[in-house]
Amino acid sequence: MTPVFLLTDLALWGVLTLAAAYAWSARRALHLRAPWQRVRQQPVAMAAAVILLLHVGVALLDSIHFLPTEAAGKDATREPLSLLDLAVTPLREGTETSYSAPFALVAFDRESRLQPDGSMRREFPRLVHGGAHLQDDSARGVDILKRGALGAAGGVLLGLLLTQLLWPGWWRARADDRAATAAAVTLLAVGALVGALGVLALRYHVFGTDKVGTDVLYQSLKSIRTGLLIGTLTTLITLPFALALGIAAGYWRGLVDDIVQYLYTTLASIPGVLLVAASALLLDAAMTRHAEAFTSIVVRSDLRLLALCAILGITSWTGLCRLLRAEALKLRESEFVRAAEALGVRGVTILWRHLLPNVMHIVIIATVLDFSGLVLAEAALTYIDIGVDPGMESWGNMINAARLELARQPAVWWSLAAALVWMFGLVLAANLFADAVRAAFDPRARDALATSTTPEPNARD
Amino acid sequence: MIAYFVRRLLYAIPILLGVNVLTFALFFLVNTPDDMARMQLGNRRVTQEAIEQWKADRGYNRPVFWHAAQAGSAKLTDTLFFDSTQRLFTFDFGKSDAGRDISEDLRQRMWPSLVIALPSLLLGLGCALSAALVFAWLAGSRLDFWGGVICVGMMSISGLFYIIGGQWLLAKLWRIAPISGYGDGLEVARFVLLPVLVSVLAGLGGMVRWYRALLLEELGKDYVRTARAKGLPDGLVMWAHVLRNALIPVLTGVVVLLPSLFMGALITEAFFAIPGLGSYTIEALQAQDFAAVRVMVFLGSLLYIVGLLLTDLSYVLVDPRVRLE
Repeated sequence: MTPVFLLTDLALWGVLTLAAAYAWSARRALHLRAPWQRVRQQPVAMAAAVILLLHVGVALLDSIHFLPTEAAGKDATREPLSLLDLAVTPLREGTETSYSAPFALVAFDRESRLQPDGSMRREFPRLVHGGAHLQDDSARGVDILKRGALGAAGGVLLGLLLTQLLWPGWWRARADDRAATAAAVTLLAVGALVGALGVLALRYHVFGTDKVGTDVLYQSLKSIRTGLLIGTLTTLITLPFALALGIAAGYWRGLVDDIVQYLYTTLASIPGVLLVAASALLLDAAMTRHAEAFTSIVVRSDLRLLALCAILGITSWTGLCRLLRAEALKLRESEFVRAAEALGVRGVTILWRHLLPNVMHIVIIATVLDFSGLVLAEAALTYIDIGVDPGMESWGNMINAARLELARQPAVWWSLAAALVWMFGLVLAANLFADAVRAAFDPRARDALATSTTPEPNARD
Repeated sequence: MIAYFVRRLLYAIPILLGVNVLTFALFFLVNTPDDMARMQLGNRRVTQEAIEQWKADRGYNRPVFWHAAQAGSAKLTDTLFFDSTQRLFTFDFGKSDAGRDISEDLRQRMWPSLVIALPSLLLGLGCALSAALVFAWLAGSRLDFWGGVICVGMMSISGLFYIIGGQWLLAKLWRIAPISGYGDGLEVARFVLLPVLVSVLAGLGGMVRWYRALLLEELGKDYVRTARAKGLPDGLVMWAHVLRNALIPVLTGVVVLLPSLFMGALITEAFFAIPGLGSYTIEALQAQDFAAVRVMVFLGSLLYIVGLLLTDLSYVLVDPRVRLE
């Protein structure tokens, strides 16, 4: 097994390292710790955080790639696998020939089959993997219930174990700490769901299979990494532009301000989708021209994903830059900046030591707020063919591949439903978490929150 | 104030110039005029003469930014960029690379875009404002709480769900509206129904939450307390004071959108096969019709700048305290 380092893998681990570094520095500074503690006290935010963290875990597992040794014989088709692929090997290898519904025993389409008596008949062929262990087909319902219950119980036990490890004595503190209780309950519920799905997925195609017979649950799991990458990496790419230019323009004003304002007005005046579409189509053209440079599908789609993040990032830093410039304009008049100037501190140092830390709350709010929008944007962009590579698993590609099949009688709905529901879950968690973060970090939002929870708007004065 | 607007209009010139440079750079970064000619003429068995002829007809045989062979200022002026930019600024759009009259295309395809975008905007605004008013009025109540929950839920649903679900429900199950496309005369209403409904629904959650926050911020201000202390009824305070003041940010948010209505929503039009300007742009991009693309980008940014100007103007009209210098 030779490890393979895809560019997006490195990027995702880089994001994690940055987040860890931020967390470490935030632990020590009281003014950074306080808002996070306010987030920590919100039950909804903590429940959402559990779901987000589980997704991050899956994405990180999916970001450690290696070349498998067993496939060494057929060198040409060898594609890198990830730890997640390894963990869900039964799902990955249990492919059928074409569509099959969730929990189905037979394929979705009829096939001509030679009968024992020599005649041909069109019938639904039995699936190779889905429910293959059943002796008696009518026992399917009972079997699903039994395995599901077993898996759910196992998942809950595992969740309990994890809760006990992370937070010993949680059952005693239940009344005082509602947020932690919410997190624990979410963990148990997700544990039950994951356990049931996991046990059932060994024997059935829980979410059905797609056109080429790939398990839809497997596709959905692989899509997590794509979604998270777009949601985090894009914002990360916008940050250097927005931060450096925004603060510099606000602090120095004059010519610097004029140039920065010109830059972002120009970029913002081009309709965003148009810019993304143009860049994506150009990228396509460049990639077909240098087709020989991309040895495997994984490497190609990986590079395309990275390029998409870069394009989205470069076209979307203007909004944040405008906010940061306005904040820096305000801060430059503040007493601590004036004092630093009077003491002869150099401009760059003032930007770095005094302005940057004081605009970080805006950056954090923007980062968490943008995340869900970007995850949704991926699907929409992929749907009009300017998103991720068709060879890469993503929710947009799942929806794109399934949309025409909805017109069939009966409809093939499961790929679509799986992608949309999963996206909804992740984005909902992200939105709820972002709300709590904004409420904790933004003084204006904090006031609005205070007014909304008291019946008399002016009672707080 | 007139001086302010003149200055802003003059300021638009370098921005539009920058936009054009960007368009040219992006397009010619990976594409050569030869590629474009081959694409337009049909990829197979195109002779070099045909390509040269195609390029000469459309002026692509000249250098893009810098003509080294010319003398003096002609180095700069006898180029593709200078020539086409000059014509863009005088609104002389000419013919697209496929040979169609761009101005004529624009005039035709503007209407479908408007027919979709205007009702979407008005209906969305009306629905969102009335919902936000109710929620802000009853802030802290159970209705407000569940309204907020529903809004966050709606924000978390992918726009694709509304599109696919809407097409399935309205077109397939109920057969009220066709799945996609566009018609003539009164037929239009049937084709417009679904895109308008989808774009209103897709934006509603976020809009209601934003407007509710605006109204609440207004509700917390001193003049509201004064009005209440004087004994004004709640409804009057809400209508006559809070709503009017909260409308300022709402209106300016809408005004900036107005010019872009002509451009249509690229994604909505692509989904529903509406022959508007949005899908025109996407078609031009896909066919690598550079003449049409640069006109659309130019118009798009021009309308954006006009929108910003209108926003400033609306500030002055709505809020007498604002002075522009």
